[in-house]
Amino acid sequence: MDKKIRVLVAKPGLDGHDRGAKIVARALRDAGMEVIYTGLHQTPDMIIQTAIQEDVDVIGLSLLSGAHMTLFRDITDKLRENDMEDILVVGGGIIPEEDVPRLNEAGVRGIFGPGATLDDIIRFIKENVKR
Amino acid sequence: MYDEKKLKEIAKRKKEWETTCYNPLKERSPERMERFQNLSWTEIGPLYTPVDIKDIDHSRDIGFPGEYPFLRGIHSTMHRGRLWTMRQFAGFGTAEETNERYKYLLAHGETGLSVAFDYPTLYGYDTDHPLSRGEFGKCGVAISSLKDMEILFKDIPVDRITTSMTINGPAPIVWAFYIANADKQNIPRSQIGGTIQNDVLKEYIAQKSFIFPPEPSMRLTVDTFEFGFREVPRWNTISISGYHIREAGSTAVQELAFTLADGFEYVRAAVARGLDIDAFAPRLSFFFNAHNDFFEEIAKYRAARRIWARGMKELGAKKPRSLLMRFHTQTAGVSLTAQQPEINLVRVAIQALAAVLGGTQSLHTNSMDEALALPSEKAVRLALRTQQIIAEETGVTYTADPLGGSYYLEWLTDRMEEESLNYFDRIERLGGVIPAIEKGFFQREIAEASYRFQQEVENGKRTIVGVNKYQMDEPVEIPLLVMDEKGEEVQINRLKKLRRDRDQGKLDRALKALGKAAKGEENTMPYILDCVHAYGTLGEICGVLREVFGEYKEPAIF
Repeated sequence: MDKKIRVLVAKPGLDGHDRGAKIVARALRDAGMEVIYTGLHQTPDMIIQTAIQEDVDVIGLSLLSGAHMTLFRDITDKLRENDMEDILVVGGGIIPEEDVPRLNEAGVRGIFGPGATLDDIIRFIKENVKR
Repeated sequence: MYDEKKLKEIAKRKKEWETTCYNPLKERSPERMERFQNLSWTEIGPLYTPVDIKDIDHSRDIGFPGEYPFLRGIHSTMHRGRLWTMRQFAGFGTAEETNERYKYLLAHGETGLSVAFDYPTLYGYDTDHPLSRGEFGKCGVAISSLKDMEILFKDIPVDRITTSMTINGPAPIVWAFYIANADKQNIPRSQIGGTIQNDVLKEYIAQKSFIFPPEPSMRLTVDTFEFGFREVPRWNTISISGYHIREAGSTAVQELAFTLADGFEYVRAAVARGLDIDAFAPRLSFFFNAHNDFFEEIAKYRAARRIWARGMKELGAKKPRSLLMRFHTQTAGVSLTAQQPEINLVRVAIQALAAVLGGTQSLHTNSMDEALALPSEKAVRLALRTQQIIAEETGVTYTADPLGGSYYLEWLTDRMEEESLNYFDRIERLGGVIPAIEKGFFQREIAEASYRFQQEVENGKRTIVGVNKYQMDEPVEIPLLVMDEKGEEVQINRLKKLRRDRDQGKLDRALKALGKAAKGEENTMPYILDCVHAYGTLGEICGVLREVFGEYKEPAIF
């Protein structure tokens, strides 16, 4: 039997909107993945540390405050510094269309805004995770 | 309200109607759904009659507007006498940019102000704190000191206009900024009016912008109650909020039950401190969501007033002012769609109508573009116009509680009250509100409800127009708000200058005195005001309290 995909669902920054992160965490778990949820108010360093400790395959970032261009990129920068680019990074929240290509370029491979379905997210992770 | 004989006759007639009329039609052409459930998954029947409200006693349960139990509204004249306050929640970028927006809103007929703060401010950090990185001015305006507050209200008459401030963890400090701004203009504290949200319990439950652990948070809250009725008597020192509980995914019933449970918890805490219930209770206010299920929302507001009046009486309140629930309403942000954003105008209008029919005292209508960004001027103007149309064109304001007496609405109001009382019992069995928070009870209830709702959206059982039905592939074409990119720099330079120019010795003494008061039992408000007047920053003052009280870490439940 395949090893389960391990996902870290993380809330960087000060944003307290956790409804989406919690729904996605549950849906990934129901889809057979191992899910670790960081809780709120994580700095990029805290997220990297948890990713190392938990040996995850995927990091899912959720941010609705508008700080994604700063915080998502801080996290992908740190993943590169730590040679952790094999981890698939995806993100969701209130993210304007014009920010998506720049985030993709920075290493956030999938962006799921309002209207993305849970199935879209699950499928993307299954198809793109490197193991 | 009907006599026994009449009720029997109606029950008999209803049975006949079912057999000869309703059931045969249903068999010939089935109803659109097998079960009709509202947003709390309460099953709604095809018809309500006097039989469904036979236990309601008019004088005990319904009464008259302006009288106990206030089911029909808190004023005898309701919206005939005075319309609700049109209060649009607004804030972004620097104090200068937001000041401009306030003047714009007032010029277009807004009747009260409502401040949205950015994340660093909500957590008691200055703009130049490392954790503020990336967040400046994004979700609201950045206010790091009295200086910023002076700019925010420049040329706005704070003795005549009331201001609501959505601030919780650092509420005493931000309120002190507002009071100090009035002090500096020689406006007596007894003349300023407004509201601080200051509801920390719902922060742990839903909104999550908490700072301190529950116990010191409750102490600070009671400090503001006490300071308020002594020094700032026109100020609502708390706005006990269901809005965020609902936005986090609760049902309407949970919103109602959890908010009122929080309300009674604050009252018990203040009474335990020795405050007179009739001194502080008249300054307690509430804040509810206006979501999509029209009748359920109206029933919720009505039930809330009755539960509050009955509960406060039980807790020993005597003055009518202590028993009546005044509340603000905001339409449901979470119901807005990023797809086809213009249709949000329609959703908001219907939600706002429910709030008005439910007897709200003040109202924020969301702008159509808020699932995409902070609102543009045009979008917020349309949102305000929506309220003006309801107020001045529709006639729904001509009579108090216009839907009162509807069999369906009264049945639903009763049922929501009963379900809330059941939740109160469950919370009580867990040891009260704070133990229930620490056990993750509310958080789990909300997470269950929000996941269940989302699954129903995904499988098509619940329709969201434009999202899972009637979709379009057209790109979104709506002008969005663009903020001044230099704002953060302006703000940081202002902070640097402030720290350079002030009397540091005076501030240090004030901060030290605050630390001592926080460790002891004195009311912290006068000490906070001293720090604020000495131009201490939000981060510095909050830092003293963080040192004394520690920080709250929540259990990460999903």
